[in-house]
Amino acid sequence: MRTFPIGGIHPSDNKKWSKDKAIEVMALPDEVAIPMIQHIGAPATPIVAKGDKVLTGQIIAQATGFVSANIHSPISGVVKAIDEFANGEGLYRQMIVIKREGDEWVESIDRSTELKRECKLSPADIISKIKDAGIVGMGGATFPTHVKLTVPDGQKAEILIINGVECEPYLTSDYRTMLERGEELLTGVEILMRALNVERAVIGVENNKPDAVAHLNDLIAKGNYRGIEVMALKTRYPQGGEKQLIAAVTGRQVPPPPALPISVGAVVCNASTSVAVYEAVQKNKPLIERVVTITGKQLKDTHNFLLRFGTPIKSVLDAAGGLPEGDVKVLNGGPMMGRSVVNLDAPVMKGCSGITVLSGCEASRGKELACIKCAKCVSACPMGLEPYLISKLSLRQLWDRAEEHKIMECIECGCCSYTCPSNLPLLDYIRIGKQTVMGNIRARAMKK
Amino acid sequence: MAFRLFAAPSPHIHGGESTRRIMGDVVLALLPALAVSTYVLGWRVLLTTAVAVLACVLFEYLIQRFLFKRGTTIGDLSAVVTGVLLAFNLPVGIPWWIVVIGALVAIGIGKMTFGGLGCNPFNPALTGRIFLLIAYPVQMTDWTTNVPDALSGSTLLAEVKAGVSGVADINLVEMLYGQMNGSLGEIGSLALILGGLYLLVRRVITWHIPVAVLGTMALFALCVALGDGGAMLYKLPLFHILAGGALLGAIFMATDYSTSPMTHKGMIIYGVGIGLLTMIIRLWGAYPEGMSFAIFIMNAATPLINKYCRPKRFGVK
Repeated sequence: MRTFPIGGIHPSDNKKWSKDKAIEVMALPDEVAIPMIQHIGAPATPIVAKGDKVLTGQIIAQATGFVSANIHSPISGVVKAIDEFANGEGLYRQMIVIKREGDEWVESIDRSTELKRECKLSPADIISKIKDAGIVGMGGATFPTHVKLTVPDGQKAEILIINGVECEPYLTSDYRTMLERGEELLTGVEILMRALNVERAVIGVENNKPDAVAHLNDLIAKGNYRGIEVMALKTRYPQGGEKQLIAAVTGRQVPPPPALPISVGAVVCNASTSVAVYEAVQKNKPLIERVVTITGKQLKDTHNFLLRFGTPIKSVLDAAGGLPEGDVKVLNGGPMMGRSVVNLDAPVMKGCSGITVLSGCEASRGKELACIKCAKCVSACPMGLEPYLISKLSLRQLWDRAEEHKIMECIECGCCSYTCPSNLPLLDYIRIGKQTVMGNIRARAMKK
Repeated sequence: MAFRLFAAPSPHIHGGESTRRIMGDVVLALLPALAVSTYVLGWRVLLTTAVAVLACVLFEYLIQRFLFKRGTTIGDLSAVVTGVLLAFNLPVGIPWWIVVIGALVAIGIGKMTFGGLGCNPFNPALTGRIFLLIAYPVQMTDWTTNVPDALSGSTLLAEVKAGVSGVADINLVEMLYGQMNGSLGEIGSLALILGGLYLLVRRVITWHIPVAVLGTMALFALCVALGDGGAMLYKLPLFHILAGGALLGAIFMATDYSTSPMTHKGMIIYGVGIGLLTMIIRLWGAYPEGMSFAIFIMNAATPLINKYCRPKRFGVK
């Protein structure tokens, strides 16, 4: 069974808490706050004003430039405010606050559940519809999908890879999507293949989800989906990393930056993104909702909710029975790469595949001890770096040497910190180093 | 509110590995060899080991507490490992005060002068042993005290080197079970291999260093056997692996984290170097056994090996 070539770890997957919970539609929020930055790239520009009436699915902010994404109203109602509010991490960002009045949708959106498979649109039209719908990578990286699908001149896509790996412990939203929305997913894959003009698509799924593999294979055979195959991969974190997945599926390694996945002929899209693409192209539905896992060992209830963006994290937690007593860590995402939430009033956004609640003891950090040079971090690093070294160089502020040792190639998967027997926060220091080195690289480019 | 929210950067979970667990595993892996040694050489083995361990832990505590004036780290069990390994490198009849001096050199000079665990360039236990070998050559090579009648008063390597006995007459099976003279911990070959397998299973060590060291020694011995007319093609390589400190060194001493290379490629180079140097000293050097010097010399080469053996980066051919 295939997997990626270097490093990796085997954290216990903890999917059992929520994997058998079918997707439920969550009650509509009374008020939503929609951040203008929910993607990688420039923040979107609001095109509504305070007091405007908006419909569900109506565009409320426009992409600023090519690498940016449109934003649509997830509910119908009245714009209450456009101002800066704290996001989950406590950082103030521009948001549009909408007070809900009913749930009245834009007319052009087809809300029927009937599968619409036939797509005769040209690649350019498909990409344009995806761009209009504000679709971004829903695995967490939130890179605008239309940018990914626009292959640069002189390069050619050979294979489309659908990321159904979901290697983050706890999270099950992609898993439930594959099980419950398989046909929409596969139709989305067909549309993406058409947009990229490729003959082959591979859906990568880790072998801890055998029923998802079997189910998709079944649908492919029954529905005669040509050129699409499901590949079961050996479970290992971080298989869902873009470069790791490409290497696992094709055996080809994307060279270090600035090379992009397209340099080895691959384009990767997340499984949930594929469903969103289907809805955008075939049903005219913009990206206004997604499946979000709410999970944790201590929660009374776990769910896989289909919820509208802008729903406060707090109401999602309440729907799961509220937070347990004592020390808790609420994560936007999973325990390996998720971000700590400090403001529970903050909204759920496009990149949020799950909200994980960890207890104080599960998420506590051990006492930092001296590095014993055990090289466990070196063996675990999926990028073939030396985490102990670049972390120490960052700590000592030797930025140039950190750059020489390729600190910028770090994908921040956290394998090094996870595996360190001395409890060293290796990734914390590496992150600081990356920020500074990035600044240095930009400053050098400006001088030239 | 009944909950307290706290925050930190990712990753939010830890694999549960700890320095203490690793060191505990090493101690556990050394126990079978200690048992064999006690069985063959008598109760004094336990006494010497206890003195070495206590002295190492005590010196680490005193130095950290009164010289560094910092918190102590004796809880990580690394001083215990150093103590056991130091004892394993001594003859059974060694006076207790020499053991204490060895412990002081091992911990004080070998480890603490460089800043403690993880910072030492040379294996602390070996530093202690080599110091004692030079400072107390008589006591350190006196194999006659407290040795059962079944064994001769000299190590096999020394006998072979002096021409007293030939490798052809030696019973390899007895060597495997520990029926030979030598330092405390090096005689129970089978027990040492067992301990090594345990460390491999627990992922405390990887196979690279032990296999490189022992493989190189076996290959070297094979070449020597071939040069001698090919009479002992199997016996000579096996003899060199089982005799002296080869197994103890290859499995437990050379694999010390802070003094060995970080990458697998580096580990192979380091292991081959140890194997070669050991055989050269054994066959042509002044000492009958060369394991500790070989490891010591390759410890010194480790930073250089680390500099040139970088891990293979993703996407780089």
